[in-house]
Amino acid sequence: MSLLEILGKRLILGAATLLFVSVLVFLGTEILPGDVAHAILGQGATPELVQQIRERLGLNEPLHMRYLVWLGNFLSGDFGTSLANGADIGTEIARRSKNTIILASCTAVIAVPLSVLLGLAAAVKPGGMVDRAISSTSLALISFPDFLVAVVLVTVFAVELRWLPAIASIRPSYDLLDWIRVLILPVTGLTFTILAHMVRMTRSAVLNVLASPAIEMALLKGVPRRRLLLRHALPNALGPIINVVALNLAYLISGVVVIETLFNFPGLGRYMVEAVTNRDVPIVQTCAMIFCSFYVLLNMTADILSIVANPRVRYKK
Amino acid sequence: MADSLLKVRNLEVSARGRKGREFSIVDNISFDVQKGEVIALIGESGSGKTTISLACLGYSRPGCHITGGSVLLDGISLLEQPLPKLQELRGKDITYVAQSAAASFNGAMTINDQVIEMPVITGSATRQDALSKATRLYKELELPDPENIGKRYPHQVSGGQLQRLMAAMAMISDPRLLILDEPTTALDVTTQIEVLHAFKTLIQNHNASAIYVTHDLSLVAQVADHILVLKDGKMVEYGATEQIISVPRNDYTRELMAATHLMPEEFHAPPLVTAQEPPLLDVRNVSAGYGPKHEFIALRGIDLTVKSGETVGVIGESGSGKTTLGRVISGLMNAAKGGVFLNGQRLANHVDRRSRDELRQIQFAFQMADVALNPRQRVNKILSRPIMFYHGLRRSEATREVARLLERVDLPSSFAWRFPPELSGGQRQRVNLARALAARPSLIICDEITSALDTIVAQQILDLLESLQDDLGLSYMFITHDIATVTRISDRIAVMRHGEIVAQGLVDEVLTQDCHEYTQLLLNSVPEMRTDWLDEAVTRRRKLIAALS
Repeated sequence: MSLLEILGKRLILGAATLLFVSVLVFLGTEILPGDVAHAILGQGATPELVQQIRERLGLNEPLHMRYLVWLGNFLSGDFGTSLANGADIGTEIARRSKNTIILASCTAVIAVPLSVLLGLAAAVKPGGMVDRAISSTSLALISFPDFLVAVVLVTVFAVELRWLPAIASIRPSYDLLDWIRVLILPVTGLTFTILAHMVRMTRSAVLNVLASPAIEMALLKGVPRRRLLLRHALPNALGPIINVVALNLAYLISGVVVIETLFNFPGLGRYMVEAVTNRDVPIVQTCAMIFCSFYVLLNMTADILSIVANPRVRYKK
Repeated sequence: MADSLLKVRNLEVSARGRKGREFSIVDNISFDVQKGEVIALIGESGSGKTTISLACLGYSRPGCHITGGSVLLDGISLLEQPLPKLQELRGKDITYVAQSAAASFNGAMTINDQVIEMPVITGSATRQDALSKATRLYKELELPDPENIGKRYPHQVSGGQLQRLMAAMAMISDPRLLILDEPTTALDVTTQIEVLHAFKTLIQNHNASAIYVTHDLSLVAQVADHILVLKDGKMVEYGATEQIISVPRNDYTRELMAATHLMPEEFHAPPLVTAQEPPLLDVRNVSAGYGPKHEFIALRGIDLTVKSGETVGVIGESGSGKTTLGRVISGLMNAAKGGVFLNGQRLANHVDRRSRDELRQIQFAFQMADVALNPRQRVNKILSRPIMFYHGLRRSEATREVARLLERVDLPSSFAWRFPPELSGGQRQRVNLARALAARPSLIICDEITSALDTIVAQQILDLLESLQDDLGLSYMFITHDIATVTRISDRIAVMRHGEIVAQGLVDEVLTQDCHEYTQLLLNSVPEMRTDWLDEAVTRRRKLIAALS
């Protein structure tokens, strides 16, 4: 199989997964208890009004028709309007996703290189002081839930020391420095939750490679320690590292839900949480689809990258 | 004899056992390597030969440490150097060729990047100079397309080529001492002599010294000036090559000599029963291949018979289809065409559709006993399962039967309560055979059952096979790449190449003066115990290869 064929297969598989996910999201919101029309009308629901609204929203159509219409609209970028206030979901998503992407990419830029570095440092001398410090700290961090980490951070840095704001709301007048001040705590919280996973995976992947005959050979032919690690061991450990990084970045996109809510940060995650409380189904569906697409896309990218990183696939015999 | 290049004195290496107990694996080893001399370290697995050769690089594997003695390279004590200094020496003065080049090359870097890595990063040559030097070495090692072969990745070249490329990597910085750890063991027999020849010429041309580690006495006789025989980490005998192979002083050396893969003086006597209708096993016009539609052909029109009580040897190199043939006969793989007949009855293609009695009659003994035996089951459980399955005995009866089986394969009956990892390689192979015997089969397909074993142990397994055959009237289909071994125990042989049988018949009919070129090529690859054999063999090999293609 050539590289193109493999990549093509992955792409088709990714699209199929997304389609399947869309069915799940649609059905998931369908089977939520309660009727949308009732939810909209609240106390003043008379049977006639309910019927009117159901008609207007197309709720009387059969399930599969509604799904196809919904999917078609979604694909053409028409996410519909909010049931709660009639605002266009698309504009709101665009504004909010910008914030979420800033938060997530700041975290990624800090967490990914940091964790690969820490993982490598731990792998240099397994069982040594550095390894034990890194491994036990990352194990401790992985066992704390993210909301606890965030609350501790807020208590220490915002409430006690008063260095940083406890709430990360964004105003249009903010300049770069304000952004940084606002982002420090949420980014740190997110970093802590995804760091440990990546550190431990990098460490074990590199250790695995270090035990191979190829590394013994490189050592015996006189390759210096640092080059041994970076040039010989790391490229061979890339496959598993790429995968765990992608998984964590995907987690980051949806994991922001908790952090955003805690810090009152106006991103996609909080938008979704608000929509759930208001039973604003179109928003929930759209946000869920966006999160799922990120998961699928990132995992697909990881698959493709680790295929491309392997010369056995790139160059045939 | 003023100063020797390498001086090893009273070297001791210990390892830490499973329970944290220290035990010695190399004990009181001393030898010298003169300039331009090749020393061979020879011994069976566990003799400490690799450990000693690694210690000459100042290295010990994880779990082992050098506990005493000294290793001096031109007066520099290797065991006392800090790692950065040691790495400088390793890059320049002592270099290493590993046993399996396929595993030892880095799969993520091109071959050239690895070959020229050391001169370039130490700054002793520019990238351009190093590359042209590498190309010269590739030419010298007779690698195909020397200009471009280095641009490939390791998985894109063959095992024999990789082994030679690794030699180029070792020679690129003109080392004073070259350490070769079983550099030809992982190769096919016919490639082996080519690579060995390349190593020999290279060492001579560059006037380098070398330590050559191997278990094969006949091979080492071709390259070494002196031989050091090792057993259980201790020196057994040391002497000039001529002396060791002509008048070995030590019993163990004589034992090693007796077990080398030489052609037997005379062939196995043909069996008395010849007219036998129908034969026990009849393979008629079988073709098979891999892939969903058998598109990767592995076997083409195979005809083969095995009569009861006889041994048929199937010889070929890797990729010749010999193991596939065994798998088709035992029903592990479907034939695309043709059929397998047992006592004149056609067998179903796949093992699932064969009757229990048909299954019982054909048993399979695998090459790797350590992989084929479940490490978490006691020998008793491993052996009683086929007994209960085929003969419907109860557990207590089966346990008694296991004791009888173990006795059959010359193992104490107390071994029934051990786990496979607690046994040695030879003992595990005996258990593996006992498992095949448990079914009371008519035919055992032995797939390379001796090739992972040391020569002396392999000889013992072959003796066991013969005595079982005499007692039980078994038939064997003996699959191997080793023509010397197979001629010693077979009545008839079949030579396979590219999925076809190129010659078959009684041993002395097949191995005649004017036999098929491929058979000649295999015969030509069997080492002879004289020091001038290699050059002749290589010349003959090239003629035969030309005739074959």
